[in-house]
Amino acid sequence: MTDDLARSLPRVVLVDDHRMFRSGVRTEIGDLVDIVGEAADVDEAVAVITATRPDVVLLDVHLPGGNGRDVVLRCVAAGIESRFLALSVSDAAEDVIGVIRAGARGYVTKSITGPELASAVTRVAEGDAVFSPRLAGFVLDAFAGSADAPVVDEELDRLSQREREVLRLIARGYAYKEVARELFISVKTVESHVSAVLRKLQLSNRHELTVWATDRRLV
Amino acid sequence: MVAGVASGLAEHLGTSTRLIRIGFVLLAVTGGAGFALYGALWLLAPLRPDLDPRPASAGQAAAPGVRSPDDDRSARLGPLLALGAVGIGVLLLLSEAGVRSGPAGAAPLLVVGLGVAVLWRVGDDAQRARWRRTAAESATGTRAWVRIVIGLVFVLVGCGAILAARVGVKAAVDGVAGGLAVLAGVAVVAGPWLIRTTRELTDERRERIRSQERAEIAAHVHDSVLQTLTLIQRNADDPRAVVQLARVEERALRSWLYRPDGADPTRFRAGLEAIAADVEELHGGTIDVVVVGDEPVDDAMAALLQAAREAMVNAVKYAAAGGPVSVYAELEPTQASVFVRDRGQGFEVDAIPADRLGVRQSIIGRMERHGGRAEVRSEPGEGVEVRLILPRSPAVESAPPDAAPAGSVTGERL
Repeated sequence: MTDDLARSLPRVVLVDDHRMFRSGVRTEIGDLVDIVGEAADVDEAVAVITATRPDVVLLDVHLPGGNGRDVVLRCVAAGIESRFLALSVSDAAEDVIGVIRAGARGYVTKSITGPELASAVTRVAEGDAVFSPRLAGFVLDAFAGSADAPVVDEELDRLSQREREVLRLIARGYAYKEVARELFISVKTVESHVSAVLRKLQLSNRHELTVWATDRRLV
Repeated sequence: MVAGVASGLAEHLGTSTRLIRIGFVLLAVTGGAGFALYGALWLLAPLRPDLDPRPASAGQAAAPGVRSPDDDRSARLGPLLALGAVGIGVLLLLSEAGVRSGPAGAAPLLVVGLGVAVLWRVGDDAQRARWRRTAAESATGTRAWVRIVIGLVFVLVGCGAILAARVGVKAAVDGVAGGLAVLAGVAVVAGPWLIRTTRELTDERRERIRSQERAEIAAHVHDSVLQTLTLIQRNADDPRAVVQLARVEERALRSWLYRPDGADPTRFRAGLEAIAADVEELHGGTIDVVVVGDEPVDDAMAALLQAAREAMVNAVKYAAAGGPVSVYAELEPTQASVFVRDRGQGFEVDAIPADRLGVRQSIIGRMERHGGRAEVRSEPGEGVEVRLILPRSPAVESAPPDAAPAGSVTGERL
């Protein structure tokens, strides 16, 4: 933080088809992150991300010419190492799980406040995962009922007791700092639990997850 | 028995099917009027509504790739061919019946009648198959064609026999050949037109379904979204009202988009969401609800929902400027829990006055009566969290610790 301030700010590309929303985000977090580009559809997004190589892409789930998932998949296929944070108004589980399983590092809803969004971007830029309460709820739902569901991969298809506790607190609206205090662990430990859950979410073949991811509705 | 005409008529007239059948047979025996009547009804009477083609065509519009257009056309041409053959048969029959009678004339007539019956049945079956869109459809398709050919052969042989009896075999063969040539000519001339017409009809039906759907969406948008937008413009000076209106509309639209089948209010998840929406509407504020698991609501759970409602009301009142209220509920095999958290001022739990009916009776008392417990946690400046926990083993539910003092509230401090 003693370096040049501009260099320490995460470089961000905004992808959303609503210009009003993009300019709103710019106003809210423009001072806290370095916004290097904007795009309004899938092709434009891939072009801008390829050209600017940002640290973080703020990505709308629904886009003209495809959806957020396609942007992630094409960028990953092109070997771009930017990290993706999904930002959506959609509450539908298949939207959330779909974009996460494509490779996004987190999911927040558009009702998030400016400072919260900026800290989520910073967190993702540092390689951590960001879960909204709703995403935490989806994950708990998807990994629930482990008794009757066949577990193929013990390591990937189940949440540990600690991960469950962390997710529950996030679902209750606790910030990472509050989760850490509640469980008497460090914020770093909370972050590593959430990252572990993200990995399971992306790699597990649990039936609920694949159904949510493939059963996409075209709204 | 053959095409369901008798039973349909019986249903319509409110008499027994057998009576109608006897009537038909009597009429048929005493001069053939029964056959004619039966045939006419078969042609003209509408099918019962459960065989209505509309649902099938909706499916067609939704999945146009399932069936190739060729199948479609053949299924539709089948009955047309049959009707054409029948028409010719009837014409010949009329000209013949005036001249000849007796058993010798009856045999060819019978053959013609048999052919006609086979053809009509094919028409009926093909149509039903089209409406049902079963998987075995292509099989019925080829069977239908076989039956059409058999029917046509019957009709041709019958007509030939009638002609042969009148004008001799050679002239009869010539006549049938000539008739076939005329038919082929008519098919060449009218075929393309027929195909085009049926195709246009299909297109039109699809278009009609699509515009019905559009109208339904337009009606919904008009009734809800446009109304709300108007109200928002009218209340532009009152930010609180605008937020409220937008929030209510958002909820309505979300449930319309993501739960088209409607939420079942007798289930826990929908019940909790409905309560949150209700509290928002009555008291303002924003409540984010996250639910894990879902089950039908029983008595104890209904009490849990009511306690959650009181907690939400308190939360939106005290968190007015403190951002949204988070509600998290989880149904586990051993317990059901609801957490209501606000980011308001918070308060000293020990300082709740004993006469504060809201927290003491509605929340804590209610939970304890149903064997559960309620904890209120707060720290000044950090908001309040109300935890409602309901054990779910039946043994605990049947023995509520009603003697538990209200002072069992845990006022944990962090």
